[in-house]
Amino acid sequence: MTPGSTPAACAALLRRDLTLAWRRRGDIAMPVLYAVIVATLFPFALGPEPALLARIAGGVVLVTVVLAILLSLDNLFRGDIEDGSMELLMLAPQPLALLVGVKILAHWIVSSLPLIVVAPLLASMLKLPAPAMPVLVATLALATPLLCLLGAILVALTAGSRRSGMLLALMLLPLCVPVVIFAAGAVAAAQDGLPWVAPVAWLGAGLVLALVLAPLACAAALRIAMDS
Amino acid sequence: MARTIVGMTVAAANAVLLEARSLCFLRQDEPVFGPVDFALREGEIALIEGDNGSGKTTLMRVLTGMLRPGSGEVLLDGAPFSLDTVAGAVVFLGHHPGLKLDLSPRENLRVAAGLYGLRGGADIDVSLAEVGLAGYEDESVRRLSAGQKKRVALARLLILPARVWLLDEPYANLDREGIALVNRLLERHAARGGAALVTSHGAVSFAGDAPRRIRLHA
Repeated sequence: MTPGSTPAACAALLRRDLTLAWRRRGDIAMPVLYAVIVATLFPFALGPEPALLARIAGGVVLVTVVLAILLSLDNLFRGDIEDGSMELLMLAPQPLALLVGVKILAHWIVSSLPLIVVAPLLASMLKLPAPAMPVLVATLALATPLLCLLGAILVALTAGSRRSGMLLALMLLPLCVPVVIFAAGAVAAAQDGLPWVAPVAWLGAGLVLALVLAPLACAAALRIAMDS
Repeated sequence: MARTIVGMTVAAANAVLLEARSLCFLRQDEPVFGPVDFALREGEIALIEGDNGSGKTTLMRVLTGMLRPGSGEVLLDGAPFSLDTVAGAVVFLGHHPGLKLDLSPRENLRVAAGLYGLRGGADIDVSLAEVGLAGYEDESVRRLSAGQKKRVALARLLILPARVWLLDEPYANLDREGIALVNRLLERHAARGGAALVTSHGAVSFAGDAPRRIRLHA
C-alpha cells in the first residue's frame, strides 16, 4: 500500500486506534467487567429459580450489553478533538466520513467484540436455553455495530459541548429502544421455538442503513463542532 | 498560445499558492478580524502579527477550511477550496499538535504518513534525527517534554507532502536552538517551493532578513 492512498489511510487509522486501545487495556476491560457484574447480580436479586432466569436471560444480557456500550461511547471522538488529532483527520486527503467510519469500526472492535464474546457465558449463567444462544449472538453481532453507529452520530453532535454525557444518554435512549425491541424479540421467539428471522432481518436492514448514513452524519456534525 | 506559455513560466517561478480575498470572520455578528487580503506565493514565508485576541489562530483555522469565513474567500492554486477539495495540500500545526501521548514519535509519524502520504525522499527516522530526537523514536510521547513534543510535530511537517504550512505559534516552548531549527525548516520548505504562514504574538528571531508581514488589529 502506498502511504496516503485510501486503504493505507484507513489501515493506519485503524491500527492507531487499536494500538491506543491496547496500550490502555484497563479501559477495554471496564465495559466487560460492568456487564459481568450486572448480569451476576440479577440471580441474587430475583432468586435462583431456573425457569424465571431462563425467561429473563435474553433481555438481561441485551440490556446489559447496551448499557455497557453506552458507557464507552462518550470517549469516541473526545480524545481526538482535545489533542488536535481531529484537525489532522479533517485536513487529510481522504473523506472525513470514511475516516470517521474507520474510527467507529475500531471502537466497535474494542468495545463490543469482547461483550459479544462474554455474552454467551452470561446467558448460560442465566440458564438461557441452548437453541436460543446462536440467535442471541447473531442479534448482538447486528445490534452492537448499529448502536455504535447511532451513538457515534450523537457523540459527534454533542462533541462541541462540555459535559455532554447526560445529554448523550438522554438522546440515545429513544434510538436504543427499537434496537432492543427487535433484538429481544428475536431471542424470545427463538426461545419459544417461533420463527426469529424477521426481527433479525430488521436489525440487519437498520445496520445497513446506519453503515451508509451514520459516517456522513458524523462527519457533518464534527465539522460543525470544530466550527466554533 | 504564446501568452499561455509566458504565463506558465511566470507561474513556475512564483505561482500564488494561497490567496485570501477580503477575508472576514464574524463570531456572533462581531467581526474577529478582517478584511484581510494577501497572496502567498511559492517559496514565500509570511509572518502574521497581532496582539493576543486579534484573531491569528482564527485566521489560520479559516485558511484551513475548518472555519467558514463570514465574507470573502480563500483560494488555493487559484481555485476556491473547501475541506473536501483541499486534499492534503495544507497542513496545520496549532496549539494542540495532534500527537497521541500513548504512541511513540515514530508511531505518530507513521500514522500521519499513512493519512497524508510521504513527501518524496522523506524518511521518518531521518526526520526525527533532524529535529534532534534521535534516540527518542520509541519513547512514549507522554514522557517527552513540551519542547520535544513540538519537535515531533515539526518532524511530522518534514515528512508530509503538504505545500502550504500553517504554523500557529511554532516558536512556543522551544529553546534558542529549537527556534533556529524552525527557521531552518521554514527556509528549506521555501527553497523547495512550499509556502508557509507563521503566527507569532511577539518579536521572534524570524527566518530571513525581511519576511512578509501580515498585520491583524484587535
